[in-house]
Amino acid sequence: MMKPEKNALHPEEEPGVLSFGKRPRPQEMIIQAFLIFCAAVSILTTLGIIIVLGTESSAFFREVSLWEFLSGTSWQPTVGEFGILPLLNATIVTSLAAMLVALPLGMGVAIYLAEYASERVRETLKPILEVIAGVPTVVYGYFALTVVTPLLKKLLGEDSVEVYNTLSAGLVMGVLILPLISSMCEDALSSVPRSLREAAYAMGATKLETSTQIIVPAAFSGIAAAFILGLSRAIGETMIVALAAGAGPNFTLNPLKAAETMTGHIVRISGGDISYDSMDYRSLFAIALVLFLVTLTLNMVSRRIVKKYREVYE
Amino acid sequence: MMGSGESRGGARPDFAVNLASRYARGTRWRTMFMLSTLLAIFFLCALIVTIVDDAFGYVVMVDEVDQDSLVMDGMRLETMEAPALRTVIAENLSPRRYRALEREKPFSERAQSDLHAVVLTEIVKPQVVATYTLFESLFDRNRIIQENLEANPDGTIIFRSWVTMHFLTDSLTAIPLSTGVMTAIKGTLLTIMITVLFSFPTGIAAAIWLEEYATDNRLNRFIQVNIYNLAGVPSIIYGMLGLAIFVRGMEPITSGSAFGVTSAGEMANGRTVLSAGLTLAILILPVIIINAQEAIRAVPGSLRQSSLAVGATKWQTIWHHVLPASSDRILTGAVLAISRAIGETAPLVVVGASTFLTQDPSSVFAKFTTLPIQIYQWTSRPQSEFRHIAAAAIVVLLALMLSLNAFAIITRNKLRKQKRFG
Repeated sequence: MMKPEKNALHPEEEPGVLSFGKRPRPQEMIIQAFLIFCAAVSILTTLGIIIVLGTESSAFFREVSLWEFLSGTSWQPTVGEFGILPLLNATIVTSLAAMLVALPLGMGVAIYLAEYASERVRETLKPILEVIAGVPTVVYGYFALTVVTPLLKKLLGEDSVEVYNTLSAGLVMGVLILPLISSMCEDALSSVPRSLREAAYAMGATKLETSTQIIVPAAFSGIAAAFILGLSRAIGETMIVALAAGAGPNFTLNPLKAAETMTGHIVRISGGDISYDSMDYRSLFAIALVLFLVTLTLNMVSRRIVKKYREVYE
Repeated sequence: MMGSGESRGGARPDFAVNLASRYARGTRWRTMFMLSTLLAIFFLCALIVTIVDDAFGYVVMVDEVDQDSLVMDGMRLETMEAPALRTVIAENLSPRRYRALEREKPFSERAQSDLHAVVLTEIVKPQVVATYTLFESLFDRNRIIQENLEANPDGTIIFRSWVTMHFLTDSLTAIPLSTGVMTAIKGTLLTIMITVLFSFPTGIAAAIWLEEYATDNRLNRFIQVNIYNLAGVPSIIYGMLGLAIFVRGMEPITSGSAFGVTSAGEMANGRTVLSAGLTLAILILPVIIINAQEAIRAVPGSLRQSSLAVGATKWQTIWHHVLPASSDRILTGAVLAISRAIGETAPLVVVGASTFLTQDPSSVFAKFTTLPIQIYQWTSRPQSEFRHIAAAAIVVLLALMLSLNAFAIITRNKLRKQKRFG
């Protein structure tokens, strides 16, 4: 059928003879180099973060000792006191409040969606939950300040709740994280093999007993991973705490009082007029370094756990 | 309720001893699980209702100067002719302010509506003394009128929508009544344009490399893990990175002085639209890469093999077959990332968004503000008017994000129809 004739595209090929040798293709090499470069941008970003945070905070730690930074209970840059504990404390309080909302609710949503809901209900509910995660966080900050705080004041007494308080920021943050937790938990629950479920039913367990005593324990590692990732998200969350938790470091465990978190402090200080190469400026990078290390560790632990349980069941 | 009915009938008595209570517990918890789901949806509804509630409602206005004292012969300001308005302005405005406005545009050339606006903003100066939310306005109308009869006898109660055409098309001013968000909308669009220009090609190229070319070696595995880790880095850290690298390190480029562009008026010192756009691009890059990778992975291998089998090169296969087949998914993922970028606030505050801009951003080397930044600014003010314009700005922001998503869904469906392979 095909008559061997002079190949117009590759005149060097003998007619009728197919060459399977690899021809160098300069354009493709250029394209490939460009692709590698783009993939390497992510490494450059990581390097950039490490170098920027490293150099600025090493300049900071030349003047403030690491011990003073990590154990000081007062953060007052104007008088040279750089103890991160008040900021860290506020971060922990808001994050815990967030997890207290997000974990039980997220688990409830996940169990409902994975075990009880019909296909149609699931298909309608999941996109709605995703909308919650898609709303900009500054809108949640607005919500916390204008709705949740007045509500708390009404419930807990006008005087005991301050205008800015870590509780309202934390509660709203919990709502923000809820979709993340519920979708990760749901993935974990539905990846539990069917055989486990059927074995439980065969033993006479009710649907609830199967869910809570068989499926949830079997998916525990996935749930733990979701919890850790949610915690990391809560620690790094900024706008809600910047708007609703308060301005000014305050070393208190009372969630009804105003306190500034690490992220809130960075935003407030860098939003104002700040001169480069001042201690104020460098201290922000030291805080950012702590933030980076904490969230990175949590994320890596979470990923490690997810990977591990995947290997067990697949 | 799997396995309920049939086992109960034939069960031995000792087997069914607490079956009823077990089922009751099952029902109780089932309700709990359902309630938590409903609660989550309730939060979303509460959020939307609050915003709508705050974006409309009664306001009580009191004029600083009584309108009737300005006009003679029982005329009304709105119906006055231009010459009469000119005399009102000349009589009541301080000479300095008069000259300043005259310099902007001579009064003799201004139209009646323009003069009327000048009289209102410069002389009458209506002040908001109280604001109400939509629900108060709808259900508590009598109380509001009662309250204001006593407190503000010469005030007028009008129903005001805080989202108006003027709000959309006017530039920022310091006065909540007359401010607009055009400056912020322009800032957002310019910033996002930079973000798209940089992050789309880079992200998709990186995804192609990782999915199509990369062999399973240590370097590529490291790149992959690194991308996952970057996706979890808090956005504020990217702000710090942008501040140190784009604002300070690359100042000649990001401020435009390297290209001979000198921004008119105030110096931006690298705190420009360009810096903001690049920061956001770096921020959403991991998300775009991960989404694009998933899209490319979903293309069936048979498509690649058939293309390679007829003699296409690797790149031809990717360009003509793999990418078109995955374009709809890539687009969806990228748009999700872009809507995240539009809503980002914290990194832009750190990079140095201007808190107040007197002129709209004209180029990528201009100072910038964006919608979320304005929402942040207005929300943190204590006065209630600012709370209402914050709500109005949120409405604009959500509408912008919604229309972007709608656009993406329509384009995706179009692409899907053209596609040869599902």
